[in-house]
Amino acid sequence: MLLLRIVALATVILGVNYVAWRWLESINWDAWWIAVPLVIAETYSLIDVALFALTMWRARERPAPPPPLDGVTADVFIATYNEPVDLVATTARAARDIRYPHQTYILDDGDRPEMRAAAAEIGVGYITRGREWKNRPRHAKAGNVNNALMQTTGEFLLILDADMIPRPEILDNTLGYFRDEEVALVQTPQVFSNVATGDPLGSQAPLFYGPIQEGKDGWNAAFFCGSNAVLRREALMQLGIVGYVRETDRAVAATLRDATRIVRRARRRGGVSPATAAALDETAAALIEARRQLGNGEPLGEVTYTVQRRVRAASAGLVSDDLENIRADIEEIERLAGGESPSASFGLDAGDGDELIAALSTRELSPLNALEAVQLALQAVDVDRGDEAQAVMPLATISVTEDMATSMRLHALGWKSVFHKELLADGLAPEDLGTALTQRLRWAQGTMQVFLRENPLFSTGMRLTQRLMYFSTMWSYLVGFATIVYLAAPVVFLVFGVLPVTSWAPDFFWHFLPFFIVNQILFLVAARGLPTWRGQQYSLALFPVWIRACVTAFNNVVLKLPLDFAVTPKTKQDVRKRPWGKITWQLIVAAVLFVSVIIGLVRVLILGDEVIGTVVNIVWVAYDFVCLSVLIGAVRFNGFQGASDTADDERQRV
Amino acid sequence: MQFTTEHLGTDIAVVRADGRLNMVSAPELRETVTVAITTGRSRIVVDLGATSFMDSSGLGALIGCLKSARQAEGDLRIAAPNDQVRMVLKLSNVDRILRSYDSPDEAYRD
Repeated sequence: MLLLRIVALATVILGVNYVAWRWLESINWDAWWIAVPLVIAETYSLIDVALFALTMWRARERPAPPPPLDGVTADVFIATYNEPVDLVATTARAARDIRYPHQTYILDDGDRPEMRAAAAEIGVGYITRGREWKNRPRHAKAGNVNNALMQTTGEFLLILDADMIPRPEILDNTLGYFRDEEVALVQTPQVFSNVATGDPLGSQAPLFYGPIQEGKDGWNAAFFCGSNAVLRREALMQLGIVGYVRETDRAVAATLRDATRIVRRARRRGGVSPATAAALDETAAALIEARRQLGNGEPLGEVTYTVQRRVRAASAGLVSDDLENIRADIEEIERLAGGESPSASFGLDAGDGDELIAALSTRELSPLNALEAVQLALQAVDVDRGDEAQAVMPLATISVTEDMATSMRLHALGWKSVFHKELLADGLAPEDLGTALTQRLRWAQGTMQVFLRENPLFSTGMRLTQRLMYFSTMWSYLVGFATIVYLAAPVVFLVFGVLPVTSWAPDFFWHFLPFFIVNQILFLVAARGLPTWRGQQYSLALFPVWIRACVTAFNNVVLKLPLDFAVTPKTKQDVRKRPWGKITWQLIVAAVLFVSVIIGLVRVLILGDEVIGTVVNIVWVAYDFVCLSVLIGAVRFNGFQGASDTADDERQRV
Repeated sequence: MQFTTEHLGTDIAVVRADGRLNMVSAPELRETVTVAITTGRSRIVVDLGATSFMDSSGLGALIGCLKSARQAEGDLRIAAPNDQVRMVLKLSNVDRILRSYDSPDEAYRD
């Protein structure tokens, strides 16, 4: 631990020393267009390394857990959407045979009769979505689990993906942590048993489900990773309720404001019959009263109930002569808003209802239409969260990866989490590059959604170090942008002889090398002999995936466009057709790098250019090549051959 | 835990929750209220006078029932919570949504 801390500290100090020197003394301003991006990319990497050092600062292996709580109730949830029935059945049988007394349920979002039959045959429960979900956002896996939470009663919940086969001792070895009444979550590693030697697709994440989670755990910030985790029901329900109250509070205030604006405009227009005018007056009065009550802190249930009644009564006597107009108005606005609201199909947070009302409130409506609109407004946003199937949604729905957002909110409420490093479930990883890439893209997209929607740096309730632990993971997904600069810089030098730094003089090496070397030592010490090289390769090689994730998440959160979210394919891609198309960008980059090395050599050998700079850049390019080369093996990979036939049929997680 | 439903007036149902309203009994409360609503009584009072304890699942069930009642154009109100339950309502901010009435009779006086 002491060694680790010394190395971590040295890395940060030498890193600051290097990057400060880069900013202050060595930017080649004549070539600012490459020099500045490069120094920004280097600053990015320094922050990344500093966050890693902070993560490792308190990395610890926990002692054996206390014995499990006696006589508590536990539910085991197996979430599935489209995985083959056989695969789910295998997991369900293993779940049924978990030693600690429990109830097992298959949560089948695919609502498949054959899955229901399999559940009955195995002797486990079967839960699907009810009618209330029809035409409402389904919120993917988060919605699936939330739906099951309302129909089950266990105090603790083990959540499993369909392809995570639990071992019998999984509950015995995790429930003990809940003796501490503040513990809400125990996460165990996700390790895959069908990974070929050398892990060609980079499926395993030994660094993450080891030192990194242990490091986060040291700061009480171990994440929920969606599967192989046990959660305390009380904590989840509390999360759902706090979220419900907050969202309702916000929505009701916004609706009353917009409704008032609609009525005010209608009254200003004038030229209406006395009866209509009276109805408008009464509606306005009701709204004013409601806002006053809200300001006084009266319960929202009553405020909305009263104002709804009054508004309904006010316009009861009137016959809306142009009911059609208002409908047309609304349809028009819905169309302008992009038809089927994109967020609805991805089940993001509520707010579509209010948006419609807000849009209505800016339009000129006839008085009768205005009354209609107000009624609609009040119906749309109520204490019943009418646009959602469930009023209370324990698992966060702001992201396609519900897990990280959920544990962040748990931490913000003051709950503790635990990372228990013991293999308690055997997973099945994707076996072809396309599927693996889709999965990686989805994780990155989900993480960036949370980054943009609920940035931990600005969240309240968590300690600074907890916020930094979440931020650290999000920050690492920005690596694609830095990679582009790192790939471009040597090409620019080798082809055009343009230097991003003022010189390759010894000064550069004196600043750079100590940092670089100590940084590598930090990785070595932190990894404790775990294989981390695959991860490093993929971090660089998948730069198009990371960039796409950032861009699509930005478009989704800020511009409200669909996430273009692909469900992981059901069937393994045809292995005879090599998926070269999946790595077009990387192939182009490799070609450009190759050509630039040739040009660089020509410049040195024939034109007599500077030697040191060329050598540095060729070494740099060589590193890029070694990283990118991981994709060659991945494209040519034929799937896992090491296990029985079943492994071949098993498909990927959703 | 035991739930009993009594009728009040033409469209009010008083659901009495006896015992601990927690994760075990929460689904049962949902069911009881759903039955009341489907039999035409969409104005619900949950009488918490004999409720000794409530957790977040209990709160979740109350909110779920409020949603069902509202969608049937009715309402859900609560009456006579004890100190522990009052504290839970306060800590969870659910008192921002639901007012606690002193008795079921008072709940629909308006």
